[in-house]
Amino acid sequence: MRNLWFSAVAVVVAALVFAAARLIGNPYVYFAGYVVLQYVVLATAWNILGGYTGYVNFGTAAFFALGAYATVVLHKIAPATPLPAMMLVGGVLSALTGLGMGYLTLRLRGTFFSIATLAMAVVVQTLVTNWNFVGGSRGAYIIRPSHAPLFSGDYTQYLFLVMLGLCVVAIGIARAIEKSRLGFGFAAIRDDEHAAEASGVPTLRLKLIATALSGGLMGMAGAPLPYYVTYLDPASGFNLSYAVNTIAMPLIGGTSTWAGPLIGAVLLGTLQQVATVTISSALSLLIVGVLLVIFVIAAPRGIVGWFRR
Amino acid sequence: MTEPLLQVKGLGKRFGGFVALSEVDLTVNNGERVGLIGPNGSGKSTFVNCLCGSLRNDQGDVTFAGHRMNGLSAHQRIRRGIARSFQLPRPFGTMTLAENVLIPILYAAESKHHIGSTRARGRCLDLLQMVGLHAKADAKPAELTQIEMRKLELARALASEPRLLIADEAMAGLTHREVDDILALLMTLNSQGVTIIMIEHIMRAVLSFSQRLVVLVAGRKIADGAPEDVIRQPDVVAAYLGS
Repeated sequence: MRNLWFSAVAVVVAALVFAAARLIGNPYVYFAGYVVLQYVVLATAWNILGGYTGYVNFGTAAFFALGAYATVVLHKIAPATPLPAMMLVGGVLSALTGLGMGYLTLRLRGTFFSIATLAMAVVVQTLVTNWNFVGGSRGAYIIRPSHAPLFSGDYTQYLFLVMLGLCVVAIGIARAIEKSRLGFGFAAIRDDEHAAEASGVPTLRLKLIATALSGGLMGMAGAPLPYYVTYLDPASGFNLSYAVNTIAMPLIGGTSTWAGPLIGAVLLGTLQQVATVTISSALSLLIVGVLLVIFVIAAPRGIVGWFRR
Repeated sequence: MTEPLLQVKGLGKRFGGFVALSEVDLTVNNGERVGLIGPNGSGKSTFVNCLCGSLRNDQGDVTFAGHRMNGLSAHQRIRRGIARSFQLPRPFGTMTLAENVLIPILYAAESKHHIGSTRARGRCLDLLQMVGLHAKADAKPAELTQIEMRKLELARALASEPRLLIADEAMAGLTHREVDDILALLMTLNSQGVTIIMIEHIMRAVLSFSQRLVVLVAGRKIADGAPEDVIRQPDVVAAYLGS
């Protein structure tokens, strides 16, 4: 019941955000807002495995790019496929990849697991770079429709709306997990995997669920990317900044709750967008680095943890 | 004749070239209190880990309540009724005490019969009351003293509704009085029908608790019998004091 109420409130807030963007009327709001919302989904997804379960994933870019390249493939073979369906396909593909990666790597712990996820990202990037059908290293051009379906406005508004909807779904899932049996199981694994197993928690199964959920949401977040950038190459799809930002945002916001990644992504994402326009796009990763250092020293449990002291 | 609760036959475990356990047999009957002793490095913890599924035994069979346990993981064994407390307490540090106890209720006890969230919370508080920690139900493990940490370990093991509890050095590092507290608690649990294997170095506690004493030395069982007889056996004396 509480989850239903939360979902209803989240939908109302999302509707208000979209209405506010329409009211402002500046197209750049949608461009910049889309990136921030994309990071809300990525950070929330990362936090399901990294924050709730304690397994640090450096392979965000792989899951994200898999979703994006699933859209490129669908755009080539079935261009009439609606974007939400493409997102579902990208999500399922990334979730299955997460499941496979999890099965191979989740017996590793700590740094070893993290390095394995990074290695997986490199492997996937190499495969995509050498796959001509999706453009290989040359990249692929996607022609974005000029108008949004369902309502009047350009397609960027539609991308913004779709990502806003995905934010509601991702946050709703994260919130529902948090105080559920599954969430307690994740937290037990994070705190002490050996003790969790000895308490009856099926650790491998739960870790696979976390990896699949996290990977699936990341894939869904990546699926609309080709329509947003209109040109996708491996260097941009697998950009390291996705992995860095996605880890930094929950760490800055706080990893113990659904609100942490949301706060971190909105704060850091907005700062980066403002810096891109006012100073330089190259500054955005510097901002992440400086903020990370400050938070690691001053508030290691993030903004949410700082207020909960 | 009733079937034993736990039957271990020819249990063996090697770590590379090192033989940690060799041909260990053990039978534990329902409701029994068994003490397991041995010098450091004798294989007690390896034996416990093999019983609980944290380690896979290389040889032998573990049968519990008539079911073969070989190949089952730790979480499957606790669901079947084998619970343990850890030698060094391993609480879930970010959770409250109530949540610590809730985990085995949700994942082990719930698999046996439906409990529901309201009753689960009530059961947490009951268990914490049993071990004397109910006033700290919302505290974090970091706020606990050594004996409270040991009690939390026991409460968490009991939350799974075990038939067999393996208390692995549950009294290590405690004062004389605290040892008596834990002993009283274990006696109460046993009187409620829980079979207990106590692994302990504190001989006073082992002797007053155990109905039967088993001695492991260098991975082999060298004695099994009434405590007063076992401690007089020459090879047991030699293992502890030197020949």
